[in-house]
Amino acid sequence: MDMSELIDPFARLIEDICTPAAIREIEQGGDTAAMWKAFLESGFLDALVAEESGGAGLSLSDAASLIALLGRHAVPLPVGDTMVARALLAAAGVEAPEGPIAIATGAGAAPFAAVATHILSGAPDAPVVTPANVEPTGVPHDGGAYVSGLDGKALRPIAAALRALLISGAAERVMEMTVAYANERVQFGKPIGKQQAVQQQLSVLAEQAVAARIAAAIGARAGLRPKLVDAAIAKHGTSLAAGQIAAIAHAVHGAIGISEEYDLQLLTRRLHGWRLADGSEGYWAGVLGELRMAEPAKPTADFIRGA
Amino acid sequence: MFETLTLSALPPEDEAIRPALRALIDEAIAELPVSRRARSWQGFDASFSRKLGQAGYLGLSLPKEYGGMGRGPFTRFVVVEELLSAGAPVAGHWIADRQSGPLILHYGTEEQRRFYLPRISKGEALFCIGMSEPGSGSDLASVRTRAEQQADGSWLLNGQKIWTTNAMHGDYMIALVRTSGTSADRQQGLSQLIVDLKAPGVIIRPIVDLTGDAHFAEVFFEDVRLAPDALIGSEGQGWKQVTAELAFERSGPERIYSSVVLIDAWVRHLEAVGRKDSATLRLVGSLMAQQAVLREMSLAVTARLVAGESPVVEASLMKDLGTSFEQAVPQLIGDDLAANPDEPVDPELYRTLLYVTYAAPSFSLRGGTREILRGIIARGLGLR
Ligand SMILES: Cc1cc2nc3c(=O)[nH]c(=O)nc-3n(C[C@H](O)[C@H](O)[C@H](O)COP(=O)(O)OP(=O)(O)OC[C@H]3O[C@@H](n4cnc5c(N)ncnc54)[C@H](O)[C@@H]3O)c2cc1C
Repeated sequence: MDMSELIDPFARLIEDICTPAAIREIEQGGDTAAMWKAFLESGFLDALVAEESGGAGLSLSDAASLIALLGRHAVPLPVGDTMVARALLAAAGVEAPEGPIAIATGAGAAPFAAVATHILSGAPDAPVVTPANVEPTGVPHDGGAYVSGLDGKALRPIAAALRALLISGAAERVMEMTVAYANERVQFGKPIGKQQAVQQQLSVLAEQAVAARIAAAIGARAGLRPKLVDAAIAKHGTSLAAGQIAAIAHAVHGAIGISEEYDLQLLTRRLHGWRLADGSEGYWAGVLGELRMAEPAKPTADFIRGA
Repeated sequence: MFETLTLSALPPEDEAIRPALRALIDEAIAELPVSRRARSWQGFDASFSRKLGQAGYLGLSLPKEYGGMGRGPFTRFVVVEELLSAGAPVAGHWIADRQSGPLILHYGTEEQRRFYLPRISKGEALFCIGMSEPGSGSDLASVRTRAEQQADGSWLLNGQKIWTTNAMHGDYMIALVRTSGTSADRQQGLSQLIVDLKAPGVIIRPIVDLTGDAHFAEVFFEDVRLAPDALIGSEGQGWKQVTAELAFERSGPERIYSSVVLIDAWVRHLEAVGRKDSATLRLVGSLMAQQAVLREMSLAVTARLVAGESPVVEASLMKDLGTSFEQAVPQLIGDDLAANPDEPVDPELYRTLLYVTYAAPSFSLRGGTREILRGIIARGLGLR
């Protein structure tokens, strides 16, 4: 399938309904119903659902750029989570609710849980969907929330792959915004982007953004039941990049970057939240280390190739 | 930005060459201790290079009509990955195979291709790169070594090169020299010449580095006479050619695997002493995860080469990230081993650790420094 036939309309839909003003309104506790209705009616929520169950039957790699767009535009509702949830539920023959579904995989804050009507837990082959009964984090503007009494640990690899894609989309946008800003902002009589010290920081930001995109693609390549190794590489790489990218973007933007009215913070707050969700770089490094030490005689090059 | 870098799979026919190649490599490294294998890039073994050439693992991206294998950068990716992973001595053929061969193919005359390429593919013509000079490192356009064309068309070469890897073992140097104008003309008036290192007037002095090895050298040219056909490409086009050449130099898996022999030795050590606490496992896993992403990035850049592009910015981006990782490895493993002072460490592992630690600064120098690469990336971002 020619993905641009899907990507362009999806991008237009997001740009229409997820304006920075609309995002801020939802982050301040506003009504989510209208925005959700637009996503529901677009049909994209069933992009990953098999064709025989009425979906578009896309693989996770095919849909990767759609999910990255959600991160790129700081979409404040669990659209990606719901896409994954609907696909797993359909495969298990469970009817999905119409509302937004957030995936919860541990005792920490689950992204989007505060704006979800339902929570997905259980396992990829035995998904459980329950009405959202959550405890907000109390962090200003935060859509995340604590979920208790559910076990979604087995969903952690797919959630990690999903979060990696969201991070990669936001990272790309942060890179573009920061480069554009460096070309505009004049100090000492020339754009700050002409200063070598600033250029070197932006080069590192670009390296990390590209690394994040490649890492996220690794996570997406094995579909809705990612190999543990792939999920670990993806979430480790994107989480590592998320912290560095947010820091450099803010450094280059100066004071304007931290102000509420400037859009950079919509993205950098998400980079931090997604980094901490579904296992950080340290968590996934531990998982990968265990897998590696199960085959100590194997050369590293063979291990990472999955040979 | 940089959207052209995407996950790229190696073609099955390239994956398929691994077993036979590995058998040949295993035979060559069987007797080499780990600290020698950790030298891989710097390890010179002309007979091994010839063996690889005879077995068809060199000149992979050169067309068959010039004695090459007619395959491409993906095949070379597999070969380089296998060689570096095992720590095989690659210095002999490295530069000819990676840079000089493709350069001669693209810019050389028909006679030059027929003369040099078959020998490069057999591992019988060893090349070195004469770019740097005492006054021209990062500022390469300032080279002063000069070749004056004589009335009979021959060239008279005078000047000095430095840091020339393998000049003392090589057959030829491809030198970037000034053929017209002055250093004030910068990128204009530079050309690339093939210098026969046996020619009278070429003087080579090896330079010993802090690891005790001598892998690079100073090279002096005193009235060296070169035939008219020593010129590669066109007079005055040297800068353009060198820039394209550097995309080959900067993009390959060689920029991510310089410390991998150390990683593998350390993993075997952890297994031997049975240390598997969570801090250790996290360090192991974090190195694996970073190595995996870098490998995909390197493969993605290789795919651009396969597509016939010259991914100068992408290669710079990957090289900076890759060499930063390669340099972090000996720091982290050193800390890990020395943070457990009551755990016995095999002296061979200790020698390997210190070799890689001492060699690590060079990872981000050879092929262009970090600061210069970041300048190229900044230009790619539209900042300069
Ligand atoms: C192991 C090894 C093998 C090598 N092999 C070869 C070879 O085979 N052939 C060959 O021709 N060369 C070779 N080199 C040389 C290598 O290409 C140079 O070392 C490199 O280009 C840097 O030049 P330099 O050492 O003169 O440092 P300098 O150019 O003097 O730089 C010193 C420092 O200043 C920084 N700097 C310089 N200019 C700028 C600027 N404009 N902006 C910001 N920072 C700047 C540099 O980044 C660096 O940190 C090799 C080097 C090594 C270490």
